[in-house]
Amino acid sequence: MKVHTVISLGVALLLTACASTPGRVDDPLEPVNRAMYAVNKPIDDHVFRPIAQAYVDYVPKLVRQGVSNVFGNIDDLFSGVNGLLQGKTEKAGNDFGRVLVNMWGLGGLIDIATDLGIPKGNEDFGQTFGYWGIPQGPYLFIPLWGPTTVRDGTGSLIRIYFGPVGYIPDVVVRNVIYGIGAVDLRANALGATSLIDQASLDPYTFVRRSYLQKREYDVYDGKPPPPKEDE
Amino acid sequence: MMSRIKFRNIGAALLLAAALPVLAQEAPDVMLKRVAGDVMQIIKSDPKVQAGDQQRIREVIETKLLPNFDFDRMTALAMGRNWAKASPEQQKVLIDQFRALLVRTYSGALSQYRDQTIDYKPLRADPAAIDVTVRTEVIRSGQVPVQIDYSMAKTPAGWKAYDVIVGGVSLVTNYRDEFNEQIKSGGVDGLIKTLSDKNSKGAPGKA
Repeated sequence: MKVHTVISLGVALLLTACASTPGRVDDPLEPVNRAMYAVNKPIDDHVFRPIAQAYVDYVPKLVRQGVSNVFGNIDDLFSGVNGLLQGKTEKAGNDFGRVLVNMWGLGGLIDIATDLGIPKGNEDFGQTFGYWGIPQGPYLFIPLWGPTTVRDGTGSLIRIYFGPVGYIPDVVVRNVIYGIGAVDLRANALGATSLIDQASLDPYTFVRRSYLQKREYDVYDGKPPPPKEDE
Repeated sequence: MMSRIKFRNIGAALLLAAALPVLAQEAPDVMLKRVAGDVMQIIKSDPKVQAGDQQRIREVIETKLLPNFDFDRMTALAMGRNWAKASPEQQKVLIDQFRALLVRTYSGALSQYRDQTIDYKPLRADPAAIDVTVRTEVIRSGQVPVQIDYSMAKTPAGWKAYDVIVGGVSLVTNYRDEFNEQIKSGGVDGLIKTLSDKNSKGAPGKA
């Protein structure tokens, strides 16, 4: 992705944030988000979910695990960088250690590091911003992407910009890899979506609250401040 | 430690009731480990569960898991300040419906259970504490481990869980938003109707 595309997307996100009208504190754009959710739902139901399901049904588990591991290995690298940005040297050390160890596992195909008990740091740019005290900003639901916030969305754009897939010169190869990455992500979330369908009274609210809770928890490394009674 | 009781029969509910006074002295993390171990054992070995038999999965949940949850408290917490607005009759219906919804959800989640290991974090709590959080971590190869924490309180019938926090997502907090929204638009009766409609939609199929 080109630099200016990323920047203009980021600016667009921020502008959306500024244009917010008062409503729910964490979701001032609720009407827009709900519309986006409604747009996304049928596309996901009829295109992405079936593709992910077919991937799970027809591609051997070993191959799928390998795909997840390779993408996971890249994530670990970024997690290490974000660990450093937050001064969490032990976490960063684990992540870089994971990347190195897993390189021996056929370039990340085999997740040796997990078997060795080296924990994944699971840090990202959105968490780093949160750690630095930047507020999450309005909640956003982006079709084909899912729940995010202005802060986390900006983090994701930075992550996409730094690649490494973006550096692959061949457009077709690059897009195929993006595609596989998307299918891998969606397939790993199949369990979660069927859970949401079963558990929720209003999936939109359920997804929003789950997402915001999870991110808060991640930013505070599993020790979030006690929740406020919000109404 | 108390004797470990293994239930092989489905009609073990009576036995369980008889065993409760003994188990009441069990530490919360020990209890959780025992219950989770039993359930995982059944899931791995029971051919009906393996085959995805929803009826059997529900039975396992009803007899093994549910006795360890405090549904009255869970419902009250999920209702938040709306709890006081509900009449005792409405409260009773809400507890039943919420319970049914959670059973459905749990049976869906259990049918997706794959090989995982659960790591129990050491319980750092005063032995005299009556409200503790038991922290566990579910480890799956190649994936980020999922933290599952159980908020548990000591009751006359032993330790009971009143919230489950999966990867930082508190079940009770999630439902508080959902309940609130339903009550805002349709009152307590509106919420009851939504819950019972959802529950009567038949057994959840595979997604």
